[in-house]
Amino acid sequence: MLSIQHLNVEFSGKLAVRDTGFSVQPGESFGLVGESGSGKSTILRTVMGLNANWNGSITVDGVDVRKAPRKQLAKVVQMVFQDPYSSLHPRYVIGQQIAEPMKINGIANPERRTAELLELIGLGARFQFRFPHELSGGQRQRVAIARALALSPKLLLLDEPTSALDVSIQAEILNLLNRLRKELGLTFVIVSHDLAVISYMCERLMVMRNAQPVETLTREQLRSGAIAEDYTKALIAAA
Amino acid sequence: MSALVEIENLRVAFRNDEGGYNDAVRGVTLSLGREKLGIVGESGSGKSLTGRALLGVLPPYARISVDKMQFDGIDLKSATPKLRRSLRGGRMGMILQDPKFSLNPVMTIGKQIVEAIRIGDRRISGGDARKKALGILEAVHIREPERVFNLYPHELSGGMGQRVMIGMMVVREPDLLIADEPTSALDVTVRTQVLSILDELVTRRGMGLIFISHDLNLVSKFCDRVIVMYAGRIVESIEASRLSEATHPYTRGLLSCLPQIDGSLEPLPVLNRDASWAGAA
Ligand SMILES: Nc1ncnc2c1ncn2[C@@H]1O[C@H](COP(=O)(O)OP(=O)(O)OP(=O)(O)O)[C@@H](O)[C@H]1O
Ligand SMILES: Nc1ncnc2c1ncn2[C@@H]1O[C@H](COP(=O)(O)OP(=O)(O)OP(=O)(O)O)[C@@H](O)[C@H]1O
Ligand SMILES: [Mg+2]
Ligand SMILES: [Mg+2]
Repeated sequence: MLSIQHLNVEFSGKLAVRDTGFSVQPGESFGLVGESGSGKSTILRTVMGLNANWNGSITVDGVDVRKAPRKQLAKVVQMVFQDPYSSLHPRYVIGQQIAEPMKINGIANPERRTAELLELIGLGARFQFRFPHELSGGQRQRVAIARALALSPKLLLLDEPTSALDVSIQAEILNLLNRLRKELGLTFVIVSHDLAVISYMCERLMVMRNAQPVETLTREQLRSGAIAEDYTKALIAAA
Repeated sequence: MSALVEIENLRVAFRNDEGGYNDAVRGVTLSLGREKLGIVGESGSGKSLTGRALLGVLPPYARISVDKMQFDGIDLKSATPKLRRSLRGGRMGMILQDPKFSLNPVMTIGKQIVEAIRIGDRRISGGDARKKALGILEAVHIREPERVFNLYPHELSGGMGQRVMIGMMVVREPDLLIADEPTSALDVTVRTQVLSILDELVTRRGMGLIFISHDLNLVSKFCDRVIVMYAGRIVESIEASRLSEATHPYTRGLLSCLPQIDGSLEPLPVLNRDASWAGAA
């Protein structure tokens, strides 16, 4: 579903991601963990076509992201951004923001589906007339998840999807994501600092540090402590 | 020792679509010494609003009422806007939940830190302020501080933004710091290092810290005391190290929702929110 090979991403002469690759099978859930500033968000943003200066190859559902038109790509892959405040438009009510991509892509009944999505994430349809600044941090995060689900993508890139949520809402969202993954056959890439969340959600994970992968582990390796690298051991010890 | 902060019966309400008011904070009473007080609780339960009310940065259309709100003996209820502004610029600080949003988007973060340093020390030379700013970036474990000095807020990673905000507050050495989810985007190793800076301000300088977080393990390890909020009210207040012995059903429910590294892969337990937890208005 997603294949990344020899990816380098550069910002004004400095590599934020260096020779990095991984692939994710259809229906799989893959975790990205590691040091703050190590390039995790940059990888996801590059898949979404939000960075210009990169080389290597990225294919989503067999399609080269360089060649696919944005609109086509948007139906296959969606991202929930780390910082939900900046990804929501401050001047539009949230109902409009969830419905907008559905309207652009000619999906039937966008209003009804918006209401359904708001129910799904536990806010309820009455929230559709609120502006982003009228929501708490966790409520904004859930709106961002609803919006990403609007176009029924096959691949979801989730950047710290629950770090702004209390653990009871986190449990509901994680259960919801798992249910959707099963029912709709979704594929996930999840960035999180919480190894317990990654261990619960992901079959495999990659650890990053200083713009490069440290190692890739299966869930079983993470759980049994069959870990090669000191950095990963330190992360687990401090968790 | 007299309390650094005292709040009695704080209420914050917003107008609803029907023209009435909905209470978002419903009678919060708390006092803070020179200690680390954690606030955890339901998303939307009023944690951030409580912090903002104390600092005096609620939106103008919010309806606020409080019986008593004092900071180090200063009555904040009757304080002029001017006094409150000057407190905010000096003795009280807040790290907002959306760190990048509170930075100036069109100024490099180096310039912003230098500015913060010069507000606190008007006589410091440009060169010294720059050196001090680079020192702060290093202290919060930013790799390549020289490069990051010249970046704009949107060019920082999530966790770098949080560390820059922490650094900017720490240079001012306030007497009270309200930190709203200050480390949610940090990996555990960097987080431990950054928290030790905050801890030092509390133990060495006697700062009071209000630490709003969703991370129950972190709060129970790092804080002295924890307040649990639900639907605009405090439902439980407990010594941090004894959080696992909490008795309120909401708190117990929270503790049971946590995934574990080696835990079951079955659906996580979720809360059946009981109407009685919200209590009377
Ligand atoms: N637009 C940009 N311009 C310049 N540098 C950038 C830009 N975006 C990201 N970077 C740099 O790339 C590096 C990696 O950032 P990225 O956001 O991918 O980190 P991350 O692993 O997601 O970290 P965190 O866990 O803190 O969110 C950082 O050094 C950051 O400053
Ligand atoms: N400007 C506003 N206008 C209307 N309602 C608001 C406004 N700001 C906050 N609220 C509402 O007040 C309630 C409390 O918000 P607050 O931001 O304090 O929650 P919180 O406990 O910090 O939650 P989170 O953990 O999700 O950040 C929420 O239901 C929110 O929707
Ligand atoms: Mg990131
Ligand atoms: Mg909040």
